[in-house]
Amino acid sequence: MSRVNVQALLRIADDELILGWRDSEWTGIAPSLEEDVAFSSIAQNEIGHARALYELCARELGTTADELAFDRSPDEYECAPLVELRRLDWAHTIARHWLYEEADELRLAALKESDNAEVAGLAAKMDREELYHRLHARMWAERLRGDERFESAVTELYPYALGVLDGDLRAAYSSRVGLSGSEPQTHERGSHSPELASLWEEMTSVRRSVPGATW
Amino acid sequence: MVTEAQVWDALAEIPDPEIPVISLVDLGVVRSVDVDGDDVRIEFTPTFLGCPALEVMRDAMADKVRALGAEPDVRVITDDSWSTDKITAAGREKLRASGFAPPAPREAAAPTLLQLQKGFRCPYCGSTDTTLENLFGPTPCRSVRYCNACRQPFEQFKTI
Repeated sequence: MSRVNVQALLRIADDELILGWRDSEWTGIAPSLEEDVAFSSIAQNEIGHARALYELCARELGTTADELAFDRSPDEYECAPLVELRRLDWAHTIARHWLYEEADELRLAALKESDNAEVAGLAAKMDREELYHRLHARMWAERLRGDERFESAVTELYPYALGVLDGDLRAAYSSRVGLSGSEPQTHERGSHSPELASLWEEMTSVRRSVPGATW
Repeated sequence: MVTEAQVWDALAEIPDPEIPVISLVDLGVVRSVDVDGDDVRIEFTPTFLGCPALEVMRDAMADKVRALGAEPDVRVITDDSWSTDKITAAGREKLRASGFAPPAPREAAAPTLLQLQKGFRCPYCGSTDTTLENLFGPTPCRSVRYCNACRQPFEQFKTI
């Protein structure tokens, strides 16, 4: 069995953790109660996926999932700029949700083919859960299709969404989301917005308040 | 010396932390029990990876094994070999009796939104005149539905 590609898994884990955190920001303030429940539940799933991936990586690296999730400095996270964006309006929220889930399905399909049985098995389980996210995202994308604010949000966030995927998956992605004509400047991983630093401050504040504590 | 049957019986006493009418064994999430002398190895799978009850379930299983005088080793299996099809017939009946519609069987093809929207049976009155209110619910494993016949909202275990 081949070794776990820790760097590749950490990228996905960081995406899921940070997006889960962003999705949870709708808890209590979504435009309807049903969407409040939906985004809270999606957030919980994404953070659960991050945990499972971190645990796999932690075993390889001789650390713990919590240390990977919370004890790195913001510039050590490998998340894509798409998931860092905060305080989006509903049109942008749905545009990001839809663009991300479409990208995530392609990424998971590749991961399910991994030579490492544990990685492939985890990807398959994640994909079963992500199905519900995709159904939700596609329902909303269909509902808002043709709406000016939604369409411009998709155009604006598409260069960010490309940055979620490795280069070899981008052509398939572009045609999947119907944007294969344009070739925008992709927002690649590696640089972070100030928005990640403020998220990190909040996300790690309790853990940093008593270093080394058992919660 | 503890036996596998004793361990299974002990685990069957642990209620699901979020749906306590059903036990972990009825839920099918206990995948295997192996006894080697005083060491008991249990493999289990969470329904959803983000299940907040993961640690609670793991600790409850370990406590049951220790109460039998053995040493537990509880392992979490996170692959796709568990599905809601593994919920036992008795477990499905307990869910229904407490107002949860049991999950639909897992099909080879992923369900579409259209398939999930209509036709599921209300656990209160038995009518299939029901609609999907929300794919998501109070925990990751549940959807919310509404029965047009008896005007009762109800939850359904998602198919995984």
